[in-house]
Amino acid sequence: MAAAAGRLHRRRSRLRAWFGEQPIGYLFVAPFVLFLVGIYAYPFFFALFISFYKYIFTAPGARVDQPFAGLGNYTAVLSDPLFHIAVRNVLIFLVINVPLTVAVSMVLATALNGAIPLRGFFRAAYYVPYITASVAAVGVWLWLFSGPGLVDKLLGPLAPNPSWLVNGFWAMPIIAIYVTWKGLGFYILLYLAALQAIPKELYEAAKVDGARRIGTFFAVTVPGLKPATVLVVVVSIITGANFFTEPYLLTGGGGPDNQSVSPVFLIYRQGIEQNHPGYAAAMGILLAIAVLVVSGVSRFFLERE
Amino acid sequence: MDAVQEQSRAATPAPARKATKRGRGLGTWLRLIPLLIGAFVFLFPFYYMVVSALQKAPNPGISGAFPSPSSLSLSNFGAINDAINLPRSLLNSALFTGGVLLGTLVFGMLAGYALAQLHFRGRQPVFYLLLLLLVLPFQLLMIPLYVLIARNFGLGDNLLGMILPFAINPTAVFIFRQFFLQLPRDMFDAARIDGASEFAVLTQVVMPLTRPAILTALLITFIGPWNEFLWPFLITKKLELEPLAVALANYISTVAQSTANPYGTILAGAFVLAVPVVILFLIFQRQFVESAIGSGIKG
Repeated sequence: MAAAAGRLHRRRSRLRAWFGEQPIGYLFVAPFVLFLVGIYAYPFFFALFISFYKYIFTAPGARVDQPFAGLGNYTAVLSDPLFHIAVRNVLIFLVINVPLTVAVSMVLATALNGAIPLRGFFRAAYYVPYITASVAAVGVWLWLFSGPGLVDKLLGPLAPNPSWLVNGFWAMPIIAIYVTWKGLGFYILLYLAALQAIPKELYEAAKVDGARRIGTFFAVTVPGLKPATVLVVVVSIITGANFFTEPYLLTGGGGPDNQSVSPVFLIYRQGIEQNHPGYAAAMGILLAIAVLVVSGVSRFFLERE
Repeated sequence: MDAVQEQSRAATPAPARKATKRGRGLGTWLRLIPLLIGAFVFLFPFYYMVVSALQKAPNPGISGAFPSPSSLSLSNFGAINDAINLPRSLLNSALFTGGVLLGTLVFGMLAGYALAQLHFRGRQPVFYLLLLLLVLPFQLLMIPLYVLIARNFGLGDNLLGMILPFAINPTAVFIFRQFFLQLPRDMFDAARIDGASEFAVLTQVVMPLTRPAILTALLITFIGPWNEFLWPFLITKKLELEPLAVALANYISTVAQSTANPYGTILAGAFVLAVPVVILFLIFQRQFVESAIGSGIKG
């Protein structure tokens, strides 16, 4: 009896040595691991799989042979003029969105840092667009920039013709400015947190050296915020390349004449509306690779001294 | 975690540096001017949303931004309710959001606790898996998830299919883990020596101590599905199942132009969609700020 109990105890401690002190941890993380595998990992490999096939949607339970397409989907995407427009649009978008985001959020965070009247009000005001549903915010922008909208009324004869959202030249810049406006509050908070990490002595030293306020901003604040800037640039590139709601609603389906289509919008149109999931999956993979490369390259250049 | 503490320090006004000495001098104005312009740019669209939603007839002119009280009414709210059935859409939004909150609260907290405080082989790899998978963009997962959930599982037009991709918010798991990491291990060991099971330790020792973290995680989880458009839009074809964001978007893209005051109607719907989140934000500002920083350090 005692020997059996001792054996059991030894076995348990051997198990513990292998699995760790609290093996119940497996049970606790199991649902989450299942979720990560089912919602992220498996679909990722499934996307790779689909992208090499002329994949056919089936009803639940039905089985059909999926014809192998090799690199066919990829070459089709790369030679699709609409995809070229979408890539050009992402570039227009990033060229406007990323510098504007960095500059404005850095300036506003710096102005907000320190004793200032109404500080809490300002910070809350900047964050409201970020937490508001895009569908709701787009509603107001639609109205502001619509044909006879308030912006046109204010500009009078300077208003573009055709109006902003149906103007091939202005549709993308408006989308980029809208997304910048909506996201700034988040980046301002990131910069505010980063500003706390800049040693006060640096500001005092700059003061002793007789630097003026603007000079201090460029000599101390901007370099001190560099790690945060890298984060802001990378995050805004990744989220920026994903825009969908804006071309879908703000410019009425990537209009005018496809001049504001985004890659995700094309993925939706090709993959779900027009039943070409293989083609859409290939576009998704090409895009993810491009985003990874662009954010990696910009990170490299920003971090290089 | 440092960033969160840093942020809460920033939340209380820093000692009035030079400002007190020089009063409201040039420096303060140099700061206030961009801040005031910023506040106007950020808030005016919301003011304009409310004013336009209340106006009987569309008025795009400058006077439309400052309407006389006689031109205001609630008729646009009636119109949007007729078009998209507000109570039903709100209920769908609430069910979608509630499912995600429940999944995150139960399974996300269990995972966060295990990743922070339990010792078992493979804990570190699970955490790295979490970080690695989070960088996969949705654009890449959208098509395979749609094929899997709508076609293979037959969960199109189904609440479960809508919830599934959001069922456990990874950022919330991250926040849970960060907070649980701060709790001293001795406290758990004491409870364990008293014979408490790990589940009892979690529910009776950890949860009461981490109410603020739970609130923060739930708030950031709330705005995700409440505001989400793309996924529920893909997965619902039936009107009766559409959450408010989807119903309103469909209204904007198809029906609106044929009505007398399309923007007034759209903005009445936009107001209903935006208000719950804005109210939550005004009540729980501090938690929202912490969650933003929390998700920032994740990235």
